[in-house]
Amino acid sequence: MVATEYLLGYLPILIFLGVALALSALFVFLPIGVSRITGSHRPDTAKLSEYESGFPAFESPRSQFDVRFYLVAILFIIFDLEAAFLFPWAVSLEFTGWPGWITMMVFLAELAIGFAYAWKKGALEWE
Amino acid sequence: MIQAFAFYLFAALVLASGAFTILARNPVHSVLWLILAFFNAAGLMVIVGAEFIAMLLVIVYVGAVAVLFLFVVMMLDIDFAELRSGLVRYFPLGLAIAVVLAAELVLGVGAYRAGALELGTPAAETAPLVGEANIVSIGALLYGRYLFLFESAGIILLVAMIGAIVLTQREARADAGRSQQNISRQVSRRPEEATVNTRPEVGQGVQL
Amino acid sequence: MELTSSLGLIAPEILLSVAGLFLLLVAAWAGDRASSAISIAACVVLGAAFFLVAPSVCAGAAGLETVAFGGQFRADAFAGFAKLMIYAAAGAALVVAPAFFTRYAAMRAEYPVLVLFGTLGMSIMVSATDLLTLYIGLEMQSLAAYVLAAFLRPDQRSAEAGLKYFVLGALASGILLFGASLLYGFTGTTQFELMRVAMAGPISTGTLFGIVFVLAGLAFKISAVPFHMWTPDVYEGAPTPVTQFFATAPKVAAIALTARVALDAFGTHADAWRQVVIFAALASIVVGALGAIGQTNIKRLLAYSSINNVGFILIGLAAATPQGASAMLVYLVIYVAMSVGSFVAVLMLRDEDGAPVERLADLAGLSRTKPALAFCLAAMMFSLAGIPPLFGFWGKFVVFQAAVQADLVALAAIGIAASVIGAFYYIKVVKVMYFDEAVNVVRDRSDWAHWALLIISTALMSPLGYLLTGPLSVLADRAAASLFFLV
Repeated sequence: MVATEYLLGYLPILIFLGVALALSALFVFLPIGVSRITGSHRPDTAKLSEYESGFPAFESPRSQFDVRFYLVAILFIIFDLEAAFLFPWAVSLEFTGWPGWITMMVFLAELAIGFAYAWKKGALEWE
Repeated sequence: MIQAFAFYLFAALVLASGAFTILARNPVHSVLWLILAFFNAAGLMVIVGAEFIAMLLVIVYVGAVAVLFLFVVMMLDIDFAELRSGLVRYFPLGLAIAVVLAAELVLGVGAYRAGALELGTPAAETAPLVGEANIVSIGALLYGRYLFLFESAGIILLVAMIGAIVLTQREARADAGRSQQNISRQVSRRPEEATVNTRPEVGQGVQL
Repeated sequence: MELTSSLGLIAPEILLSVAGLFLLLVAAWAGDRASSAISIAACVVLGAAFFLVAPSVCAGAAGLETVAFGGQFRADAFAGFAKLMIYAAAGAALVVAPAFFTRYAAMRAEYPVLVLFGTLGMSIMVSATDLLTLYIGLEMQSLAAYVLAAFLRPDQRSAEAGLKYFVLGALASGILLFGASLLYGFTGTTQFELMRVAMAGPISTGTLFGIVFVLAGLAFKISAVPFHMWTPDVYEGAPTPVTQFFATAPKVAAIALTARVALDAFGTHADAWRQVVIFAALASIVVGALGAIGQTNIKRLLAYSSINNVGFILIGLAAATPQGASAMLVYLVIYVAMSVGSFVAVLMLRDEDGAPVERLADLAGLSRTKPALAFCLAAMMFSLAGIPPLFGFWGKFVVFQAAVQADLVALAAIGIAASVIGAFYYIKVVKVMYFDEAVNVVRDRSDWAHWALLIISTALMSPLGYLLTGPLSVLADRAAASLFFLV
């Protein structure tokens, strides 16, 4: 296995996750448990049915999304990846030097051109 | 001890959320389970020492890919109950594939335990830098030795972007013609351009 | 310095990508009105790239000075030869497109840009000497191709073709990546030459699995049987200029890539992959020939014809000798010319409204309504069938010759027998055109670009083509030799 000292750095996060999990579980399950014990948990059809302003639901709340959401998500992924590539570049510049710096600038330029294209084409506008 | 505990916790959660991804009735729930699986996979990556991959999982997969899945699921108007109706029909086939995959797993693990698998030793020029965090090693390789591939990957991202815009943009353009508001044109409009006097022949009507 | 010389070696690729980026900006600002201008500019760029590559092909560049980026990329004569074909085929796909798309008001400025980036991907593929380069090139080419297949948005078949191609292509990429990861695991490297060294000695089961998976993924890309199922559907659904592109440039790239992987990376274990290639070759020839018989759509028929041709090309690969590789290249040149010619002829078939005609039955009596077109198409068909006076025969001849000299006499014999079945449906097309009652559907109003391409490819396929055999085989031999010039 890998060196444990490095993993010790992550111990606070693990503990934090544990605490968060415990607390959120408490908030969810405590009221449920209390209501069962005190006897106020009495579900019936009227209580369980969903409604809109007092009317029974007209249709499923899930409606079809516009394809534009998908375009936005794709663009987001691409620029997200671009940002993710910046982290290893920034910390390794001392090893890669100028060629590494230029490499990243060319990469950024490629995607900047893509960005300009998307902007000009109106892919970033909603209407 | 904590390490082993964390490993089994994350591994069990990955398996469980993976199973729920497949079994959930509601596709949106499936995506949410998938996100949980990604998170736990990130935890496992931290344990094996691949910190950067773990962060990438969280940033790219949870942050972007899962959102894309969610949008796609919501964009498709699919009757999932109907899709599921084929389950019984295809069950034998699915089971057969599952058995084959399980057999392969057992064989693979068995061969590895028996020492029959001899993995190659990684080539020296791609070895990690000694005494540096692995994100530094990744950076040094990616922007040094593999810079050509990195730039090409940038072009691939660009092609993906062009493709997405080319294939989805028609609707946007159709909308633009109908409902776009040009404020400067509205403001600069003068009465003499806006009204027109015509004297049509009786019974002819006017062409506006 | 190593980086500088590497950059010099990838000059054609740099040219293509810079031009693609620039034309993308032009496309964004000038809009679809400028699509013809952008197409012309893209053709000029492809021509320039052609002349950048040509010297290395003529000189037969090989060896260490062609290696770029520490062995990830090799700009040798073999890659150059394939690149020349790819650039020419991509140029042809650009030239024929405007007349077709204008009818649907679907000529968009992105078409030439996507073709350029696709070509860049293919260019990287044929020079790949590393599994990572291979994958990057393949994906760049494939992504552009998926979009191009679905380019004709109003047509539902086009969208379906794009989707089918994408889903199956992604599956194939997955198979290829799985194989690549096995190969890396068992040899410890992604570079072809190091892999060949690591594989020396008895082959391990894991490596064997890796080889088979990589070859399966590549077989999908060259649409060899049993990974051919997508081809007829995609070829039929995609817009015809795009189909013409698919049948030529990506096929050259994928075949050249397969040859390099098989002969370079797996070169020490030809026995391990030869059976796979022989099986795929024979199955492609037979399935391509039999599948085409019942087709009523010309594009589907040509799709099966391309499957059939891939089979013959793979016979050259199965030989695993420099002579076999050279025969492959010669066959590819002839195949590209024949495909361009037949698809251009199909593009020129239009009814009175200018709508494309794709049914075989509509060709009836073409010899009376459009004698010149019918003559050219007939020449293409006879050439594809490999009937002697035409140049198509030469390609089959060199391939079989290479197979016989590599002691694969049985393979060559079966291939020759199967090519007779194949001849049946080519001749059927000719019969429909010349002997069936005229239905007078076709009224083509083709522009000069179509006629020019058709006449060039017909001239190449005519017995005049044999004048080229000398220089062609010299160049192909040099290219093949550079593939076997192992560093």
